[in-house]
Amino acid sequence: MSSQTLTTILFLAVVALTVGITFWASRQSSGAADFYAGGRNFTGVQNGLAISGDYMSAASFLGISGAIALNGYDGFLYSIGFLVAWLVALLLVAELLRNSGRYTMADQLAYRMRQTPVRTAAATSTVVVSIFYLLAQMVGAGTLVALLLGVDSAAIKNLTIVGVGALMIFYVTVGGMKGTTWVQIVKAVLLMSGTVLITVLVLAEFGFNLSELLGAAADNTGKGSAFLEPGLAYGADLTSKIDFVSLGLALVLGTAGLPHILIRFYTTPTAREARTSVLWAIGLIGAFYLMTLVLGFGAAALLDTGEGSAVADSTGNLASPLLAEAVGGGSDSTGGAILLAVISAVAFATILAVVAGLTLTSASSVAHDMYANVVKKGTASEKDEVRVARIAAFVIGGIAIALAIPAQNLNIAFLVALAFAVAASANLPSIVYNLFWKGFNTRGATWSIYGGLITCIVLVASSPVVSGSETALFTDSDWSWFPLSNPGIISIPAGFLLGWLGSITSTEPEAADSYEELEVRSLTGAGAEAAVHH
Amino acid sequence: MAEDVRPAPTTGAVPHQRSGHAVYEQLHASGDFQEMRKGYRAFAIPATIAFLVWYLLFVVMSNWATGFMNTKLIGNINVALVFGLLQFASTFLIAWLYARHMNRHVDPVARRLEQRYNEEVGR
Repeated sequence: MSSQTLTTILFLAVVALTVGITFWASRQSSGAADFYAGGRNFTGVQNGLAISGDYMSAASFLGISGAIALNGYDGFLYSIGFLVAWLVALLLVAELLRNSGRYTMADQLAYRMRQTPVRTAAATSTVVVSIFYLLAQMVGAGTLVALLLGVDSAAIKNLTIVGVGALMIFYVTVGGMKGTTWVQIVKAVLLMSGTVLITVLVLAEFGFNLSELLGAAADNTGKGSAFLEPGLAYGADLTSKIDFVSLGLALVLGTAGLPHILIRFYTTPTAREARTSVLWAIGLIGAFYLMTLVLGFGAAALLDTGEGSAVADSTGNLASPLLAEAVGGGSDSTGGAILLAVISAVAFATILAVVAGLTLTSASSVAHDMYANVVKKGTASEKDEVRVARIAAFVIGGIAIALAIPAQNLNIAFLVALAFAVAASANLPSIVYNLFWKGFNTRGATWSIYGGLITCIVLVASSPVVSGSETALFTDSDWSWFPLSNPGIISIPAGFLLGWLGSITSTEPEAADSYEELEVRSLTGAGAEAAVHH
Repeated sequence: MAEDVRPAPTTGAVPHQRSGHAVYEQLHASGDFQEMRKGYRAFAIPATIAFLVWYLLFVVMSNWATGFMNTKLIGNINVALVFGLLQFASTFLIAWLYARHMNRHVDPVARRLEQRYNEEVGR
């Protein structure tokens, strides 16, 4: 059996499994708390797995190992930022948010602030961040499937994007948070198992000696010890070094502001379980990134990664699947064909689980923040709200498909980095201020959200990523004036500064009065939303 | 950000979502709560500053201290790799220490306060 046939069969198996899970979950769901928060009945371990499944996107699995395979040590810097970021979520956000919110990121702001303006602002940034992230995954899915099936046709890519879009709409509308969570749990188990298997096989090739693996990578790439040292990708000049600091800031501060991560904390019965889930997530994600180090250097040591090679042509995205084939016995062997198919199916499951989480997050925010609380001012029935959330999932899924098809030439890593930058600049300041600063108020919240969001987007639009460089989105004209490709170093301080400025230039006694209540509730869980008992 | 007209707080249509329940004020004023908040912040805030500084040190040194970072320690393993792996180790360590601290010093008080809330509000 050819690898393509096997890959296709395994892809269909992943689809069948996840569709089955979704139908099963839909029978266990009834009200709004089930749809938005999975009934808040997931244990710490389950939610920890689901968080890992939500977080470890195709950009991590294929992107980071690919970046290491091509750029050596500099690719490793991504993994470190992505992991350390979880401490911000653990220490400052997860438990307090679990106790003070209900379904969306905006809930904990609405606790103190005037609901209409803060919910509108938070819903706007939720949808923007999620769409950027969604585009990255869908574009990645199209490219990946075409590459793995060995057909480079626009029709196959478009078909894949439409197919992935249809599946994610199905998971969310039918399964809600329960279905999405189980899809993410299954994906996390598949991803970890697949990664452990390949890591062990790679290490076995080098007698479980890390130093030997690194030496082979340095030799095989022809770059020598520079391949193992910082600076290959970012060390060229001062601008690229500052760009690297900017990226590092966005990575470490972005995670705790990603809406699809934040709403996962609502799926546990208590804040203590939310803490346990983050501890599990840190363990799993940390172990996973340590293994991508082996995969990346393994690909550099065992595959051809030079100019014109399949790995280089896919900007590294094919490094892990091709490495699996190589350690399985090579492209002509049965073992190679099986491992290639398995790892490809794991990557496919990874994409499906992440896009489902993102679609659910945006749909929840549109329905719960905009429809139920801004438009209907809290008078909508629960049934009505969930109905709107399902419609919103259709609309957002449709928009994502429509945007992803023409966006196929965008660099995936750029889209993900942009989502992190917006999350760190627009979302994190308002979350942290709200939980820790009594003087924070409605104007501060709206200024920091809109200010961080607009600063980010304007700076990126004025950067060499969008115009004026060879790899830009628009190569014909050049309006760029901002030299960095990542806006974080400016936009994150801007978000914090505007939040402070807005707060001190307005008075809102209600926001200050509510702070004590929020503090008690967020720290003790007194009055927090309880789990649903069926 | 126009000033929104506040509707009368009927049904669910309140401009602010807080309950306004007097029990929160009492709990906030209690010695238990003050102690627990101090216990939480005394760990969370310094630890956050510490790991952010430690991480930024790593980022800055990767950029500007390449001579040191490129020093080989054992075989092909250099300082840069060990520094990176130490970031993993410190993340695991801080997460574990935080959980232990909260378990010992904060959770028991949180449970007591939540109990008091449930008794007052009657649920």
